[in-house]
Amino acid sequence: MIKQIILDHGSGGKASHDLIKEAFLPFFDNPLLAEMNDSAVFEVGGKRLAFTTDSYTVNPIIFPGGDIGSLAIHGTVNDLAMCGARPLYLSVGFIIEEGLSLEILEIIISSMKKAIAEAEVLIITGDTKVVPKEQVDKIFINTAGIGIVETNCNISGKNAKVGDLIVINGTIGDHGMAILCQREGINFETPIKSDTAPLNKLVEKILKKTNDIHAMRDPTRGGVATSLNEIAQQSKVGIEIWEEALPFSESVLGAAEILGIDPLYLANEGKFLAFIKRDEVDKVLNVMYSHPYGKEATIIGEVKPEPKGKVWLKSKIGGKHLLDMLIGEPLPRIC
Amino acid sequence: MKLRYIDEFRDPEVARRLLSEIKKISRRPVRLMEVCGTHTMNIGRYGLRGLLPHHVQLISGPGCPVCVTTTKEIDMMIKLAEEDVTVATFGDLMRVPGSHTNLNHQRARGADIRVVYSSFDALGLALKNLKPVVFLGVGFETTAPTVAATIIEAKKRRVRNFSVFSAHKLIPPAMEALVSSPDLRIDGFICPGHVSVIIGLRPYKVLAERYKVPCVITGFEPLDILQGILMLIKQIEKGKAKAEIQYTRAVKEEGNLKAKEVMEEVFSPCDANWRGFGLIPQSGLCFKEEYKEFDVNSHFDIKVDEAKEPLSCRCGDVLKGKIIPPQCPLFAKVCRPANPIGPCMVSSEGSCAAYYKYRDWEIA
Amino acid sequence: MKVVKVNLAKNVAKVDIGGTQQWIRLDIVNEVPKIGDYVIVHAGFAIYRLDEKEAQETLSLFEEMLRHEAPLH
Repeated sequence: MIKQIILDHGSGGKASHDLIKEAFLPFFDNPLLAEMNDSAVFEVGGKRLAFTTDSYTVNPIIFPGGDIGSLAIHGTVNDLAMCGARPLYLSVGFIIEEGLSLEILEIIISSMKKAIAEAEVLIITGDTKVVPKEQVDKIFINTAGIGIVETNCNISGKNAKVGDLIVINGTIGDHGMAILCQREGINFETPIKSDTAPLNKLVEKILKKTNDIHAMRDPTRGGVATSLNEIAQQSKVGIEIWEEALPFSESVLGAAEILGIDPLYLANEGKFLAFIKRDEVDKVLNVMYSHPYGKEATIIGEVKPEPKGKVWLKSKIGGKHLLDMLIGEPLPRIC
Repeated sequence: MKLRYIDEFRDPEVARRLLSEIKKISRRPVRLMEVCGTHTMNIGRYGLRGLLPHHVQLISGPGCPVCVTTTKEIDMMIKLAEEDVTVATFGDLMRVPGSHTNLNHQRARGADIRVVYSSFDALGLALKNLKPVVFLGVGFETTAPTVAATIIEAKKRRVRNFSVFSAHKLIPPAMEALVSSPDLRIDGFICPGHVSVIIGLRPYKVLAERYKVPCVITGFEPLDILQGILMLIKQIEKGKAKAEIQYTRAVKEEGNLKAKEVMEEVFSPCDANWRGFGLIPQSGLCFKEEYKEFDVNSHFDIKVDEAKEPLSCRCGDVLKGKIIPPQCPLFAKVCRPANPIGPCMVSSEGSCAAYYKYRDWEIA
Repeated sequence: MKVVKVNLAKNVAKVDIGGTQQWIRLDIVNEVPKIGDYVIVHAGFAIYRLDEKEAQETLSLFEEMLRHEAPLH
């Protein structure tokens, strides 16, 4: 029984799930919400639409590779893309701390402009609030997005099938590590950059080639380990991941050794996991290799029948162990 | 993606060879104990227990300095945080349950508690502010010299607002308590890697001679651990009981004399209480007279009530290797990382945490 | 971790692991490292200058093992 909200509840891991289950679902319960996917997909006038929302409280607001603005656009665009939707329109709400310099705001806004141009979406409505000093930390952003699902595919966290291969489009843990290192003041030869990027165009290309994508998820808060667990539970399957296949950049690995943090639990903002029917995988990989956000795509594991709801890692030397969902909060305000 | 002097010691082919060597020469059932949290974690992380023959049993001992800190000491640290001080601590201590609460909850309620990666960072805090800073010194012989060096620096710079809560402990006395206990059978010790970088081979030579127990100082990578186990089994099969070094690239017989000197300048051994063991003579570190000004007890009089041990928690027995974590009635049912009852489940080096995080019995 | 800079006046060294760098203390290291040496780091301090000769010996031992055994299937 939760008595008081603590930072863990915002981590995206088990504590967050508990909070949603205990505090929110009982009051807002409906079949669409209960699916708990990145976006809700519903029908209106014979068309399938997708709808999502996210809030951004990342600290620091500007970091190597991006800022809170580009993060906000990419995050919402990606949530829509993850259920096979073509993102169309976004709303943006700003909550700004009194005293924020216009120069900083301009950096964020122009970064958002670049992001919406790349993703080919429009911001069609918005809101701005300014609050007194220290009642918010510099700036928080909320976005909501709407898209249209044009294909026949049924992409959902509960549709992963036994035998599916799991692909990720590039290196793991970059965003989380970039933020952590900024906060801890850890130096690099070349700073670790966040991987924040809009994935909708890449996903669109993939879906043109095949209908056999069963599930997709962008592993943000809680990391790859948490997203895999969510899907294993939703789809009631087992997932085996191969340590040797996991792609990490050398600098993320080095920072992980120093900090004692497992990059499988760090946020990714330009990556997605795709659960693909086994004999379609090569087709998908070929599409990915020819796209800037998919050049380093790799197969990292497969879906097994048992044990249901569990994810495990097969280590380099052959031993296996379970890979749990994130429990606590290693990094508040990561996205 | 090569991390030099790390990746080579994770080579799967060599691991398979070492495992087949172990299977070839190992005849009798053996219980090998490791007394280092990093060993516990890596044995789990690489799934070594499942790869070794069944009759080679790996038992975890008191390798986690946070876990062997008593509830009373934790309560004192929590009480300290109520004063007008900055408490600086390693991250591991944040969630360890005291009698009523933990440092993490105290921070949420407004206490000034900061997580640091080094005692030197804590000194940095004291240099930047006037507010007294107390560093929670928890660790074995790898950590103690680093804290001693920080204290020496503090004295050099005439810092007045810095002190240390010394909960440091020494491993060899605990190993002696274990091996001399009649109700525990230990056939060999996988000796800690980095503690041994500091203390060298001699303490284990004494142990091996007196108690006829083979000791091998072992590194942390999977190949190190497998080679260390192989060396122990070779000794056992030949009826030998010596102290040897597997981790030759980092451990010399005499250890690190400089680090020992620094540690001995600030601290001297004294009796200490260990969770699960009670009093172990000469197993803790107390301040020498010349450095007493940096002892937190010279600045604060910390009074706490009788410690309340968590009901049914068998952390103490896990630390002694009397039971393995799955044998604790609370393990994985009530006591989990999300809801830890005892420190063994919370600490990043705790046996219960390692067993839970790297569990494999639920996998087909 | 590899040493990339040494500042004896401040008693610190900069180490690199996979491109990540940080400053660590040299107060308790057994031998002051030179640039290019490898050190073991604990809690912000170098605790040992790695003996590379020994490391190579251990690795050669492993290579021997691989060469002399019949290949497993």
